Amino acid sequence: MNYAPSPWAVVIFLAFVSLVLGISFHFARKTRTASGYFAAGGQIHWAVNGIAFAGDYLSAASFLGICGMIAVAGYDGFLYSIGYLAGWVVALFVIAEPMKKLGRYTFADALDKKFNSRGIQLAAGISTLIVSIFYLIPQMVGAGALVTPLLGLPNWSGVVLVGVVVIVIVTTAGMTSTTYVQFLKGGLLVVFSLVLVFLVLSRGITTKPDQGGEVPFHEYVTLKATNVSDGAVTLEDASYQVVEDFRLSGGALHLVLLRKDGTDTFWKVDDTAGTLSETQSIAHLSDGRVLYNGKPKEAGAFFQVGHLRDIGGETEVRVANLSLGSFIETIRDGTVIRWGKAVTTRTDGTHTIYYQVPTPGRDVLKPGLKYKVDPARGASPLERIDFLSLMLALFLGTASLPHILIRYYTVPNPASARKSTIVAIAAIGLFYILTLYMGLGAMVSGVIDLTNDNMSAPLLARSFGVTIFAIISALAFATVLGTVSGLIVASSGAVAHDLMDRFGGIRMTDAGKVRAAKTASVAVGAVAILLGILFEGMNVSFLVGWAFAVAASANLPAIVMVLFWNKTTKEGVVAGVLVGLVASMSLILLSQETYNNVYHLVGVTAPVALSNPAIVSVPLSFAALVVTTLLTARKKAAPAASVPSTPA
Amino acid sequence: MHEPATDWKEDKSSSIKELLGKWLFVLYALLYGGFMFLNVTSPGFMGIDVGGLNVAILYGILLILAAMLLAFAYNHVCTRVEELMNRDAGDDPAGKDGP
Repeated sequence: MNYAPSPWAVVIFLAFVSLVLGISFHFARKTRTASGYFAAGGQIHWAVNGIAFAGDYLSAASFLGICGMIAVAGYDGFLYSIGYLAGWVVALFVIAEPMKKLGRYTFADALDKKFNSRGIQLAAGISTLIVSIFYLIPQMVGAGALVTPLLGLPNWSGVVLVGVVVIVIVTTAGMTSTTYVQFLKGGLLVVFSLVLVFLVLSRGITTKPDQGGEVPFHEYVTLKATNVSDGAVTLEDASYQVVEDFRLSGGALHLVLLRKDGTDTFWKVDDTAGTLSETQSIAHLSDGRVLYNGKPKEAGAFFQVGHLRDIGGETEVRVANLSLGSFIETIRDGTVIRWGKAVTTRTDGTHTIYYQVPTPGRDVLKPGLKYKVDPARGASPLERIDFLSLMLALFLGTASLPHILIRYYTVPNPASARKSTIVAIAAIGLFYILTLYMGLGAMVSGVIDLTNDNMSAPLLARSFGVTIFAIISALAFATVLGTVSGLIVASSGAVAHDLMDRFGGIRMTDAGKVRAAKTASVAVGAVAILLGILFEGMNVSFLVGWAFAVAASANLPAIVMVLFWNKTTKEGVVAGVLVGLVASMSLILLSQETYNNVYHLVGVTAPVALSNPAIVSVPLSFAALVVTTLLTARKKAAPAASVPSTPA
Repeated sequence: MHEPATDWKEDKSSSIKELLGKWLFVLYALLYGGFMFLNVTSPGFMGIDVGGLNVAILYGILLILAAMLLAFAYNHVCTRVEELMNRDAGDDPAGKDGP
């Protein structure tokens, strides 16, 4: 769709950036020591830290990705909300207090507390860097996607803008400024999400959504066919001429190209009903032109989508002032028009065709539209295992993310670590319940951009006026700033503290370590900018799923065993981290999804069919840790046993 | 070498809190595991109406609310245990003072 930047959005965005930079410079004077830089001096109040946790955790994937996924795939997007929140239970009940007791600045500190092992320092430092960079990519991609509608700038400039602002935030006051930026963003995000849901419920649902009267509802045309046989489609309306009749998606999708008044349009044939339904299309023509529904982008002929075709069989319905329950109930009783996508290459260029998929509301509100879990609908055992693997990664990944774990060092004591986790669970849990209403709200409000479902939440806000759109968009941008700041602090700690100081033995003064961390922040920020530009267009939630899988595989087994198995040896920890890291990375890089979406090797069968590696790599990491521990413990015990005892 | 960034006194309630945390984790893991299991074994069951909603949405929201409720309950018990067992320690184990 054609985005026009709003001056309001620019003003609010600039105000927010000025505020966060002001916070950073304010705290810069107080951040001279390594403790101040990496852990905010351990003096953050638990309530502030809890909301900062929310600000750190609710990334672009949560706000943009989940709302977008719910808007197009219904309940399956909500599964991410459930999994992301459930992970905090692991953090609270298993990790929070022990992590505070064991560590100082980084995740590696906690693992290495008992051992003082260079091997652990190296393995944990590398793991922190890899997980953080995996997590950084989707944040930067999200920044690039947001900057066009918000500021009217090209994609790359959004990535550079976020990179530069975050580098300034982190290099001025490290964890202190990062904490307050995340606190501000986390609090505002939850409050304005509540406002947005209140507006959605107040406006209610209509079968002809018009964005509060601002954008007229496009009435989709259905044509009656007299014959729908392949190659012989004929219509009642003689003003349309059938140009071509073809099938896509392995023959399941029957399409025709019709001509009327010199304009060609694609239509989807319903072989059973004997009707043709209107589609939307984007044509990338050989001569370089890009046409939206046969016209240039500026003509505005490409419509936002998402509506209920009927509610309880009635096609002209408007219900307002809904409750949390009746909103869901209304969707359940209706038929949602979702949109499928097919691509065809023709003599004049490549055409992407978006076609209507009427879906019963009941199906939208249960699993199965995105993830195949129902054998009755053709789900294979592998697809069901893949689903379980994803849910496992979400559950175990949260408590293994280095940028989350280091926030336990910013509070004064273990009890504060626990309390801040509880505040985080309350704020994040509330937000994730709201994602269901924001996503479903977008699904039925005619606001979805077919070319970019990540924009569903901001576009839903725009349907309520430019002010709320400007605030939500600026917040979405701030979401990226907050999360990226945390990731860069974690990465700079891994470089300066774990790898240079503790592993490399480069002895530095306190000030020297802060200087090294700031230099590392600039370097990691530059890498993040580069990757954000290179990975433009990749699905945000998909990439975050990888980061969770790598974190759950490399870090969680080591943390759990160090905390709860006294026999764990340093060799076991190193083996657990490295095996988890290598196994999860290998499975991801050799998966079919990576072959298709990253290497763009369409039609090539990848060696690994599984898209989500956690179900294999997490047990492998545990097994490697336990086996190595048992072997090394035996070796250590053997010489001691062979030494004859000496009388006292 | 790498001590915590701040100091605090011994917490005599650690083992009780750890045990409670483990049990609550197991309880929640069972709830979450049941959710995953139902999704892959009985997707039809997830679509059954319960009032105006269905099992899938109710179970999902229940998982989120259960996390919140267990968290509050856990904190309540931990704070009480800390107060009782660390009464003589004279420090701020419950973290009330803040920064």
